[in-house]
Order: sequence, then structure tokens, then C-alpha cells
Amino acid sequence: MPPPPTPANVRVVTLTIDGQDLSARADETIIEVCRENQIPIPSLCYLDGLSIWGACRLCLVEIAGQGRLFAACATQVAEGMQVLTNTERLRRYRRTIVELLFAERSHICSVCVSNGHCELQHLAQTCGVDHVRVPYRQARYQMDSSHELFRLDHNRCILCTRCVRVCDEIEGAHTWDLMGRGSDCLVITDLAQPWGDSETCTGCGKCVQVCPTGALVKQGTSAGEMVKDQHFLPILARRRQAR
Amino acid sequence: MNRLSVATVVAPASLPPMAGETGSMNKLSVATAWLDGCSGCHMSFLDLDERLVDLVRYLDILYSPLVDAKHLPERVDVGILEGSVSNADDLRQAQAFRDRCRILISLGDCAVNGNVPSMRNPYPLAAVLDRAYRENVTLQPQVPRVGVPALLPRVRPLHEVVAVDVFVPGCPPPADAIFYVLSELIAGRTPDSTQVTRFGA
Amino acid sequence: MNLDDLADKAEEYRNQDPDITHEARVCMAASCQSSGAPEVMAALHRALTAIPPPAPGERQGDVEGDAERDGDSEGDGTMAGAGLAGPADRVTRGHRCKVKGVGCMGLCSAGPLVAVAEKGAELMASTLYREVRPEDAPAILASVAGPPVARLHCPTDQPFFARQQRIVLENAGVIDPDSFKGYVAVGGYAPLVQALTEMTPAEVLREITLSGLRGRGGGGYPTGLKWSTVAKMPGERKFVICNADEGDPGAFMDRAVLESDPHRVLEGMAIAAYAIGAAKGYVYVRAEYPLAVERLTTAIRKAKRAGFLGGKIAETPFSFEVEIRLGAGAFVCGEETALMASIEGNRGQPRPRPPYPAESGLWGCPTLINNVETFANIAPIVRHGGAWFAGIGTEKSKGTKVFALAGTIENTGLIEVPMGTRLRDIITAIGGGIPGGRAFKAVQTGGPSGGCIPAEHLDIPVDYDGLKTLGTIMGSGGMIVMDETADMVDVARYFMEFCMSESCGKCVPCRAGTQQLHALLDKIAKGEARHQDLALLEELCEVVQATSLCGLGQTAPNPVLSTLRFFRDEYEAKLCAP
Repeated sequence: MPPPPTPANVRVVTLTIDGQDLSARADETIIEVCRENQIPIPSLCYLDGLSIWGACRLCLVEIAGQGRLFAACATQVAEGMQVLTNTERLRRYRRTIVELLFAERSHICSVCVSNGHCELQHLAQTCGVDHVRVPYRQARYQMDSSHELFRLDHNRCILCTRCVRVCDEIEGAHTWDLMGRGSDCLVITDLAQPWGDSETCTGCGKCVQVCPTGALVKQGTSAGEMVKDQHFLPILARRRQAR
Repeated sequence: MNRLSVATVVAPASLPPMAGETGSMNKLSVATAWLDGCSGCHMSFLDLDERLVDLVRYLDILYSPLVDAKHLPERVDVGILEGSVSNADDLRQAQAFRDRCRILISLGDCAVNGNVPSMRNPYPLAAVLDRAYRENVTLQPQVPRVGVPALLPRVRPLHEVVAVDVFVPGCPPPADAIFYVLSELIAGRTPDSTQVTRFGA
Repeated sequence: MNLDDLADKAEEYRNQDPDITHEARVCMAASCQSSGAPEVMAALHRALTAIPPPAPGERQGDVEGDAERDGDSEGDGTMAGAGLAGPADRVTRGHRCKVKGVGCMGLCSAGPLVAVAEKGAELMASTLYREVRPEDAPAILASVAGPPVARLHCPTDQPFFARQQRIVLENAGVIDPDSFKGYVAVGGYAPLVQALTEMTPAEVLREITLSGLRGRGGGGYPTGLKWSTVAKMPGERKFVICNADEGDPGAFMDRAVLESDPHRVLEGMAIAAYAIGAAKGYVYVRAEYPLAVERLTTAIRKAKRAGFLGGKIAETPFSFEVEIRLGAGAFVCGEETALMASIEGNRGQPRPRPPYPAESGLWGCPTLINNVETFANIAPIVRHGGAWFAGIGTEKSKGTKVFALAGTIENTGLIEVPMGTRLRDIITAIGGGIPGGRAFKAVQTGGPSGGCIPAEHLDIPVDYDGLKTLGTIMGSGGMIVMDETADMVDVARYFMEFCMSESCGKCVPCRAGTQQLHALLDKIAKGEARHQDLALLEELCEVVQATSLCGLGQTAPNPVLSTLRFFRDEYEAKLCAP
């Protein structure tokens, strides 16, 4: 599908990212420009086709002349902007954030059905996390296997809310939502009822496909067998926009 | 979806030649042990196959489940520990390795992050023992106490109890990763294992 | 209605009871209520009715609802339950006195407070009584005509009162917060009418900008700049929000203002709405402040009835409606984007900024959000002019600031001082120093987002910039005083626990980082930590500060960093061998 044409009132700006001169539409975000130009930038909550959440903080970048950091997913480009995506400081922060995620719940990769196909696992490797310096919390979270097709394991959830957003924005069912706060936050179906009892779930499985980890998986998968396919998302999202 | 590429080896294809082919003077002395692990990481070490022959030119394995020696020597260059720290013996052994080894390697996910053994951590120890030795046993259920080390209340990764110099995650770490790490150490460099392995690899 | 009409009204309300010469004012704000003010109020009423009727020829001061004579008796009848209304004026030895419920007089630790004063006199000119019990009522009424009751007397010339300058709190403890007429009688709503009938919105903006007022919620953002930005934003619909979700431990400034002078806040919001072109406002107030909510509800109802809220205010084309929204107990909803999400009916979670509320706020419309105290400053600025306000305070921090003194300090309560007042004056003179002969150790400003100031920096003038140089912030005005027995690691752990349990869970560094920071502080406090744990603590602080999504996470490490800066030895003393 061709990209949508640039609206008449949107300007095109030039900026530099990691010293590279680039042009971009003024309504694009930094992460979109990075992805277009194969500039690697880690992210977990961002997904092309879904609304911006800005919560994983992995895509933080430095912008020249600005004291604070900016989430590349939530920051629009501007003329003359100078962006740095891979400084020593950013690498250190990203590494720590990934460690915090691993320590928060029980991500035991070796026995995960998503082993080898997990975005968190991949990020740990690319961010240089060879061990987690903070202690593991070892809190116990529940699983929900009540749905005939899918399974939810809160132990592997990173609360990126991709499932919540895809269900609301693309499928239009809004089966998923969040409850609780802090580390007690949970993604829930309907009003925290078992997924299998949900009256709003259409069983489309989009939530499973967009889940970056092994938190949402297909029933009947064993270690390493859960491969996800997210290609549908940008296509569906653009069609919806066009409508 | 990002297909992960693991262990397309970055390690040197061959080890540097060493003066005096058989000379043992410059060899690195090595000790290995497994704590609460499945021995899979040691198996992966054996998977180095013919490369083991190359390595032996540079390494002297003084103490290991793979050799006969019964006592950990006083001084060792490289200590390699597999498995998590789950019982009193694991803890003693981890401390002994730290005391006597110049470089300590945490090998495999159990040692690096607790892995499968740590899955008991959300449950109280008494409940774990009950489950294993009483609830599912029909004949003379009892918790063994004699001749076995006491379990620690929490399974911990190695670096939570002693300082660790090199981490090699993976379940198990591929043989190529082990080869890379040892080669780098032999060459006097600090290996970055995330280039060749990862959690759960 | 023009200014002259309103002035006539005010005059009329002031002279409504020409026979009354004195008032016995009972503080009916939350803290005095909790120490027994309603019983004192009831006892005063009983004592008043027990006094023999006046001599023949004098007016028979019969039982009358004095709290309100707005022709709104139905509503006021319900208020009697809260103790503000009741039977009224009697002659006591030649004086005519009435009992009146008022707002906060400041010295909360000495409550219940009762002030006997000539009608309409300011707090300083009253005879103040402390720790009043119901059985003291007859003696207090007797003192209207005679000497003060010595054993209860709380002199108002003591530094606690004398060193204050009351602008925001000028009506607190003087007027009946439930009385619309009482507010108008002291000049209330004149600034609004003045703005509507004699000033353009641009002129209002100019005065606010000229005043140098900065946001009192904590950030210290220039109010005039904020208002002008929203005013310039394109869009038909704009909103004004009053942030009354005061949640810092030890802070109760906004509660006191709302409980003591709710019309003042509404008036400030209405002036703001006029200046920026909004027609709708919300007060977002935490449900844990039931009394404030009740008084605000009454105030909105009465202001609307009197035509100072609603359509065509003061017969001008300007309309402004105000609604109350209750918070559901989340500290993070004090963060403006989370607050707006909550008003919209969504989960109270922050979102990345920009866009700022001024550009895209409530339902995507330009929105002005200010704190209670900021709005309470507006009416006096319009009345006296921006230049007058700019003459108070320091070069970059104008006006006064309300502080809530809490912790180990003699005078716990609410104070208002000019910006730039030395911290030492606040703690030792106004606050009365540390009780029990113990030594001062530190004061925490800015609550869980701020830091501590140790004894060696007590001479700092308190303003936005001064506090920043010490690594802390003004915050909304909470001051928690700690004496020499305070354990600073424990203090840091306490605030981290607060942030951890108040983290909304949206962004990773705040959600998981505060957990880890709390665990580390706990480990240090228990003497189980080593040097590398301290290094990890500092590193995590940096990451949480730099990467969190909203102010809650970004400032959560501040108490740790601050105690590390001034009391590092206390941390190190708790470390076990490396």
C-alpha cells in the first residue's frame, strides 16, 4: 500500500539524526523518521499503526539545546532539529530500563513459548544486558487460560498496552484495559473477568500478535513455538485512516 | 517480527599460535562446577568438540566435573560456575570459587538470572518442600534432611552472592559463545557475550 | 451590576445587623473540627441563649440563623449540621455578640481556636483563645465585655501572627466561608466586576503578567505567561481548571483556602476565564477533602444564584460555569495531564508533553490549569493592581506564599509570608522552633518531589530560585520539620514508599524504578547494604529522574538525592563491610 500523500498544509523540514541529514514531513515523529531511514532505535510500547503511548521510555533521544530527553515516538520533528539516538548516556539508561523490566516480573526466557521471538529478549541482547543488576522481585502473578484460543500470562507482561490499544483502535472491541496501579497494574479483559467469559472479545487474536513478549500467546504452543506476525497492523491502520 | 540471530560466531576462527606448542607455563588454569543447574552448560562446553583440543593448548582444567580432581586448587585463573545458588553447598562453593579464582564466569541462565530453579521463589520454601516430598508422595512422605544440603529460602543468581566478572547467559549458552568467551580471555580481552548469546538462547 | 452597585451591596451586608457589635468566631476548618470545634460552637450557642434577655428598650436579639441571610435558608439549614449556622445574637453586658463559624486562623496545633472580635475586624485585632473546650464558652462570652480569659488567651502579637502577611488568607478566619454576603461584605466579587466592566481581557492579562505571580502548585511557571498562551490559542472552546488535588504528605494549604474562602477561588477562576476566553471551569478536588467539597459546592450554588457564575455575569456577555470533579485518591492526578484524563472520565494517567494543556488540554481544547492558591491570588491583584503585588516578595518570586508547617515544630499550622522570608524566621520565629528542647535537623520542602534543607542553610530566603540552588523545590508549600532524632535514610525511604505506591504504573522507570529504589533504601536502613548498593542507588536515581514520563517519577528520587547530598554520612554509617 502506498504511503498516504502529504496533506497540502504540511511542510517538509530538514533535520539531522546522529549527524545524518534527513528530510521529513513536519507531522512525523522522530521515531517514524528513524524507522524510515533504518536508524535503529529501541522501543516496546510504540507500534506503527497504534496510538502513541510513550511509556516504555526506551526510545528516549537527546535533542541539541534541550536539557531533558524526549521520547522519539511522542516528539514531532522540527526544522533544524539535531537528534542524537545512541549516546553513551542513552545506552546506559536503556540498559537499566530493560533490566528493570526483567526484574519486575518473571521473564524466564528458556521456558517461554516466545523464546527466540520475543522483543524484550531481543532488546536485552541489543542493549547489552548480560545480567540484571537489580534484584528480581519474584512477585507472583496469575495466568488466565480460560480462553479457548489464547492464553494470558501476567508474569511476562510488560504493560506496554499494545493489546489494549489494538483491541480498541483497530478491532473496535475494547475488551482489554488496565487496572490497578504501580507494579500491581494488570491488563484485564472486560471488567477483570476471565478472558474466556468475555462477551466483548471477538477472538480475533490481534492482541496476541502485537504482544511483544510471551504474555499473550496461542493455546497449545510450547517453548519457543510462538511466532507472531504484526504485518497486518500498519495495513489495517492505514485503511481505517483512509475511511 | 524480529527473528533473532544467535551465535553466528563473532569469535576468532582460530586461536593465535602460542610459543612452545606444548608448553604449559602460560596456560590459563581453569576450574568449573555446577551448582543448581542441569549440567546443560557443561554439555554445551563439551559441544566444542574438536575445538576442545585447540583450547587445551591454552587452558589447564584443574578442577571440574569433567576431570578427576577432587579439590579446588588454592589459586585458579578462571573459574566457571553453572547453576543458581539454591542451597548451602552452592553458597559455599560460590564463595570458594570467588576466593580462589582471578576471573569468575557466570555461565548460563541459572547462574546469570536464576532461570528455572528460581521459579520456586514466589512460593514459601516450606510449601515447595511439601509439594515435592509430601503432597505428591504416597509412600512414607518425608522431607529429606540427612546428607543433603539445606535449601536456601530464595534461589539467587550467582552475582547476588559473590562478585562476577563475566556473564554468559543462555540456556544453555551455545558452544560457540563459550568458545568466544574463552578465546577472548586467552587473548587478554574482556568478552562481551551479548554479541553471541542471550537470555534463554 | 456595576462596581457602585456592588459597593452598595457590600455596605448593606456590612450593616445588616446594626445591633451586633462583636463576633465570637469559631474556626470550623477541618483541623479545628477534628479537635472539637463543633462542640465548642454548640456550647457557645447554648451559653449565648442562657444569657438573660436584654434590658427593655433594647432590641430583642432572638434566635436567628446568622450564618446566612441570603434568602437561601433551605441550603443553610443543611449547613447547620456542619455547625456553621445556628442561633445567634444576644446582648452580653451591653455588647451585642454573635457566634460565627469561620475558616482557618492558622495555628492548627492550638485548636479549637475561637476569636472574639469587633464585627468585621481582622484576625490580628481579635482576642484569640486556644484549645477551647465547650465548658469555656460562658467565660469566653463574658470576656466580650471584659478582660480576656487569661488561661486560654493566645496573643495575636506573637511572631506566629505578627510576622505573617495575609493576602491569600486575608479572609480566612474572618468571614463565614458559607456566607456569600460575608464575602461580598469584605469586597468580594468587586475585582471580577471590575475586570468584566472596566477592563479588557488584555488588560487583565497585563496586570497578571505585571504582578509577576508564579504558579503556586510547585512548578513556579509564570502565571501571566500561561494565561497569555492559552488566550492566544485558536479555538472556540477553552477551559479553566483549578487543581485542588493536593496530595503531598504534610501539605494542607489548598484545603484550608477552600474551606475558609471558597468564593475567592471561584472569583479567581472567573477572572481567568474572562481573560483567556473560557466559558467552563472545573475544580478538581480530592474526595478526601469532604468539607472543602461541601463548602465549594455551597459557594458555587450561591455565586450562581447571585449571578456571579452562570450566564451573563454582571450583565455582561461573559458567561462562566464551574463544576466540581472529585479525585479518586490518586496522587498522580495532581499532574496536569493525568488530571485532565481523569476529568474526561478516563484512567488518571499522564501522557507525554508536548502538547501542553495550553495547546491541547481537556478534550483537545486549550486549557488553563492553575492551583488553588494561584487563583486565590488573582482577586487582590486585580483589586490593587499588578504593580502592588510585584512590590511584595523578591526579584523573581513575587507576592506571598502559604506554607503548611508540620512535623516536629511547636506551631503546627498554616502561615502566609512574603516570598524571600528567611527559612530561619519561618522555623524559629513563626514556627516557634522545635519542641522538647531538641535541635533542628532539617526541613523537607516540596513533599515527595522536593528535598531537605539542613541547619547550615537555614538563612536562605525562601523563594523559587533560592530553594532550587539547594536541590529542593518550593513545591506547593508543605514544610515538614525534622529534629535531631530524625533518621534521614528513613525519611528518604518514607517518601520513596509514597512515590512507589502512588506510581500510576504507566512508564517503566517510575513503576519499576521506584520499587527498586525503595527496596534499596530498605536494605540500607536495615544495615544489609554494601557500598555497591549505594552506587546502584545513585545510578537508579539518575535513570528514574531523567527518563520518567511525568513529574511524579522525574522528582521521585529528589528526597534521596537531597538526603545523600546533606547527610551522606548517615547512609554510609549503615553500610556493612564491602
